[in-house]
Formats: sequence, C-alpha cells, structure tokens
Amino acid sequence: MESATVTLGHAHDEHHGPPEAHASSRIDRQTLGIFLFIVSEVMLFGAFFAAYFFLRVVVDPPTWPPEPFELPVAVAGVNTAILVSSSFTIHYALESIRRGNRKGLKLGLVLTWLLGATFLFIQVNEYVHLGFSARDLGFGSIFYSLTGLHGAHVFVGLLLLSFATIRAFRGHFGPKAEDHLGVEVPGIYWHFVDVMWIVVYTTVYIL
Amino acid sequence: MHNPLRSEADAFKWVVLIGAGAVSVIVLTLLTRPVVGVIWAAALIGFGVGFGCRAARGSLPRDVALTRGGDGRFRLLVVANETVGGMALLDEIRDRCRNRDCQIFVVTPALAASRAAHWASDVDEAMVLARQRMELSLIAIGELGLKAKGEIGDSDPNVAIEDALRVFPADEIVISTHPPERSGWLERGVVERAREQIDLPIAHVVVDLAAERAVR
Repeated sequence: MESATVTLGHAHDEHHGPPEAHASSRIDRQTLGIFLFIVSEVMLFGAFFAAYFFLRVVVDPPTWPPEPFELPVAVAGVNTAILVSSSFTIHYALESIRRGNRKGLKLGLVLTWLLGATFLFIQVNEYVHLGFSARDLGFGSIFYSLTGLHGAHVFVGLLLLSFATIRAFRGHFGPKAEDHLGVEVPGIYWHFVDVMWIVVYTTVYIL
Repeated sequence: MHNPLRSEADAFKWVVLIGAGAVSVIVLTLLTRPVVGVIWAAALIGFGVGFGCRAARGSLPRDVALTRGGDGRFRLLVVANETVGGMALLDEIRDRCRNRDCQIFVVTPALAASRAAHWASDVDEAMVLARQRMELSLIAIGELGLKAKGEIGDSDPNVAIEDALRVFPADEIVISTHPPERSGWLERGVVERAREQIDLPIAHVVVDLAAERAVR
C-alpha cells in the first residue's frame, strides 16, 4: 500500500514505527507457511507419481507389478492402518491442549511418535525382505523412489514431533491458539504425510 | 472464495475423508478388478474437488480488530475512489467534524480496470489515478480547514478499510459510492460487509458526480 500525505494543519502523529504486518488471510503466518510448504510438497510427489504412471501406463507391462516383483500388500496394509491411527493420536493431542489437558497432549504426542516410528521400522523391514532393490528395472527404481520419498517425510515428521514432545514435557504450549503452534504446525505436516501414504499405498500396492 | 484448510482440525477432517475414500477404493479393487477401483477413485477425486470448491465458496465472517486513540480527537476514516472529491462527501466530512478536533484519513482503493488486471496485479495505472484523486481530495478537505492524510488502499475496499484501521484508530467511517445504479461497490455489498465486520459507526454517502457537474 502506498501512502501520500498533504501537510494540512497539524501533523498526523499517533503512529510510530513501521505499521503492523497486514494479515488479510486471517491465518497466522506459521500455519499459512506450512500449508504453502505442503503445496510445494504435493508438486514434488506429483513428479514422482508422474514417473510411476508413465512406467505403468506408457510402458504398459503385461502384469502389474511386472514379473517377478511381488509386494507385501497385507503387511503394508497393516502399516497403513498404523500410520493413519497416528493422525487420530496427533489430533487427540491437539484437542487436549486446546482444552488445557496437558496430560492428553503428552500422551497424544508420545503415541503419535511411537506409531510413526513403528511405521518407519516396518517399512525398513519390508525393504530388507522385499527381494529386489532400486537397481532392479524401472519398477524397482520407482517403487523405492516413491516409498523412500515418503519414508524421508515420515522421518522429518518424527523429528518435528520429537521437538514438540520434548517441549510438551518441558511444560511448553497452552490452550490459546498462538500458544500451541509448535504442535499445530507439525500436526498439519503429519496429516499431510498420512494422506500421501494413503495415496501411495492405494496406487502402488492396490490398484 | 477462501482457503478451506485453515488449521490442523481442518486438515484432520480431510485425512478422515480421504482415508474413508481410500478404504472404499481398496475394498472395491480387492473384490472386483483394479480398473473398477481406478474408475471409482477417479469419481471420488472429482467429488472431492467439487466438495473442496464448494467448501471454499464465499468469504468467512471476520471481525476487524480496532484500536482507539484515546486522546479526545475525533478520527474519521473516509473510503472513496472516484467519488473522493464529490461535494456530498465533503459536506458529510464538514458536518461530522464541525466543532471537533478532527483528524481525517482518506483511503482510496486502487481499482484495477478489469478482473484479469486484478489477478495479474496490473494496478500501476489504477494506483496513479487513485493517488491523483486522493491528493486532490486532500487539498479539498484542507480548504475546509481540516487536517487530513491519505493512503492508496487495496483494490478490495473492505480489505483497504481493514488495512487502514490497523494504522489509523478511527472513531467513525464514511464510505462514499456512486448512486446505486452505477456503483460496483454497492453491487458487491461493500457497505453491508463493512457494517457486519466492523464495530464502528459507518455512514454511507452517495455522490452523484454527474448531477454535481450539471449544477456547476
């Protein structure tokens, strides 16, 4: 916004210093920032999905997954349920702190962290027992790229949750919205990680 | 239109919706064939996009935060664009400031020539014109013996008012428009929206520039 002043009578002097930041979007900047970051992440995943669908639709092998690859659909299904459960626990943590329940916040955060770590452990275990690697044909490359990209996001999410959990045990965070942004922002990121896995699992393992 | 994703709670709702949709796709695929699951998934994605657009429709109700000067001065916020130099508006300002230590802040929204220009942020010309009008209006207000300052505002008049209130602790607001048959602001409900959002007295002044020119 530009301003222009015509000196008329006394100076207009009730305001000192730079103007307050405008916030017409009505979302605090941290929350808006994580949503914008997620938009860029969606594009990143989109590029990997484009490669996946290119391989599947354009190269069009007679069977999918192509011979001799086989995916552990049931184990990955259980792992999906574990990760989706963690969305409920992080939501529980946030609902707790919104009501001033610090115990619920801590419990929710610890459970979320444990579920996320379990997911990552099962995924690494799956990699060990799959019987093919990222070097095995296009399918191996794209499978490990997509699930690995997601795994990296889970790892980053776990780091963020670790910070939030440590802070919660140190007595940080409060019921007011601006006092628990340190949980709200990782929570939004965690939901995004869950949604991306739902899409990855449905696309790669099921369809 | 507004962003339907504004908090973790909103994001969680979408996780539940997407999760439920994915379960239906997985069950259908396992019971039938992958192609059926793909068709159902495509239908759900289409439904989801439609649902998202519907949820994003309209503006959220908002309350504009106010600050007050508290020094006994009467502060008047004037919002006007093409009508900023109109006689009816100047009369209104003079009436409101009579026998008062009055401070006036004129906000002139820089209106883009078209919707395309607005989205492309092509408002340079609009800002130049708005600035010229505002400066002339400040001189006209000065000729009434009143103190005034001005600012070019956002092209959305309601956002411009909200922005101005962050730096100017107004006691009253005057919004000036063309007559109803020629006013885009009235068509868009600018005055009604301002009255809903802002807990301050808001006066609406209609300036008929054509009629004023005819009188002169």
